[in-house]
Amino acid sequence: MVLASLIATLRDFDRAEDAFQEATVVAAEVWPRDGVPDKPAAWLTTVARRKALDRLRHEQMRATKETEIADDELLRRAEREFAAGEAAEDVADERLRLIFTCCHPALAEEARVALALRTLGGLSVDEVASAFLVPRATMAKRFMRAKQKIRDAGIPYRVPAAAALPERLGSVLAVLYLIFNQGWSSAAHAATSDLCREAIRLARAVASLLPDHPEAMGLLALMLLHHARRDARVVDGAWVPLGEQDPSRWDEDEIRDGLGVLRAAAAHRALGPYQIQAAISALHIESRVGESRVHEIVSLYATLEALVPSPVVTLNRAVAVARAEGAAAGLQILEALAAECGDSLDAYQPFHAARADLLRQLDRRREAATAYRKAILLATGEPERRHLSALLAALET
Amino acid sequence: MEYALLFYIDHSKLDDSTGDTLAAEMAAAMRQVEEAGAFRGAHRLCMPETATTQCVRDGKVLTTDGPFSDTKEYLAGLWVVECADLDEALAWAERVPLARHGSVEIRPTRPCPG
Repeated sequence: MVLASLIATLRDFDRAEDAFQEATVVAAEVWPRDGVPDKPAAWLTTVARRKALDRLRHEQMRATKETEIADDELLRRAEREFAAGEAAEDVADERLRLIFTCCHPALAEEARVALALRTLGGLSVDEVASAFLVPRATMAKRFMRAKQKIRDAGIPYRVPAAAALPERLGSVLAVLYLIFNQGWSSAAHAATSDLCREAIRLARAVASLLPDHPEAMGLLALMLLHHARRDARVVDGAWVPLGEQDPSRWDEDEIRDGLGVLRAAAAHRALGPYQIQAAISALHIESRVGESRVHEIVSLYATLEALVPSPVVTLNRAVAVARAEGAAAGLQILEALAAECGDSLDAYQPFHAARADLLRQLDRRREAATAYRKAILLATGEPERRHLSALLAALET
Repeated sequence: MEYALLFYIDHSKLDDSTGDTLAAEMAAAMRQVEEAGAFRGAHRLCMPETATTQCVRDGKVLTTDGPFSDTKEYLAGLWVVECADLDEALAWAERVPLARHGSVEIRPTRPCPG
């Protein structure tokens, strides 16, 4: 990856981007005339390196007392590493260093996501901006601040030391999961569904680069098992819940892939939240096509809740309990959750949708209708709204 | 790179004995920084009740009782450490005993002009 290898040596996103930009300008002039080279990436890298060196030498002439030493060091390292021809270090190492830098906890979360997509995913500023539905100027400013922070605060360009690795890996995985969810929840928008594929690609890279960390595999498995069901989620413009999806619309290869990755992760015997969620996903899939595995799903949610307690997890556990033990048991958990969380659940759409469903199953029609209306009001997409409206309509007949 | 480690704490959260223990633990931690050759300076501040804040506006001097920031957490002191990069500074900050009771802000310093 041209940009990644430039950042590796220059340790500066802006310098790397400028050099890359200049190289592409030259390519735009030269390639139509001389033909595209056999190895376009290598060509671009060579030219970009030359441009970067030129600029460094030029800057050195204008250096002040303070910047002189730092620039001199940078120039000498750049000359040395570029002269070595092919990157002295492994490309894989470069990508790993880059992703840990992009996902450093000292950077704002939105900055981490944007940087990861730009530098590793190769998305343009415009593409990242549209994927997250923010204006280009806003996204450009986000990048600028992030790069400044990296430079000014001295965020290192390196894979963290072994002691810090598990926690820092957590930050990387969280960023990748955010990217995936952004694509997953806005699947209608063409540019964003590519985000899922990008997240999967990056997760796969991280998992293969860190084979001793099963949570990276767990996340990859989770993404694959979700993504495999993308074509079954919306039928005739309406949302289809998992339990009613048509398995023939699932991507079998991706499911097989996901299950394989999950098995490999499990072999490490170091369970974590992503592996658990992936396992739950696998059991949902198996329940749909074979024997119901609801009790195991309930048990896994309980384990997940113990590891990473949150209202979202409790909500999902309640739904699973309802399937295993009946709506009343599930509703009890939801009511307890509401009592504990108070107002904060008020705007949480899935809570109302789940509650409506359980009330409906208990034939408490009026309460169910109220909850469905609340859920419809809070729904963010037309498919979801359509699905819930149909259920509401069925109640009122 | 040089970093300032700024210590913020809500002292009301500590009882007297915890406060004394903390002071001793901080001294011990500082010695570790010294031994590593990273120490560049430290200051321990008295309680915020001892603070006075002043500013000059339109030629008028305004002096008020109390610290600049009237929050529960106040600046208790600072260290200055020399580190290769932010991760090294973060590693020191993590080991600061005060971090268990309050918060540590890590900010790079810059040279004074002139």
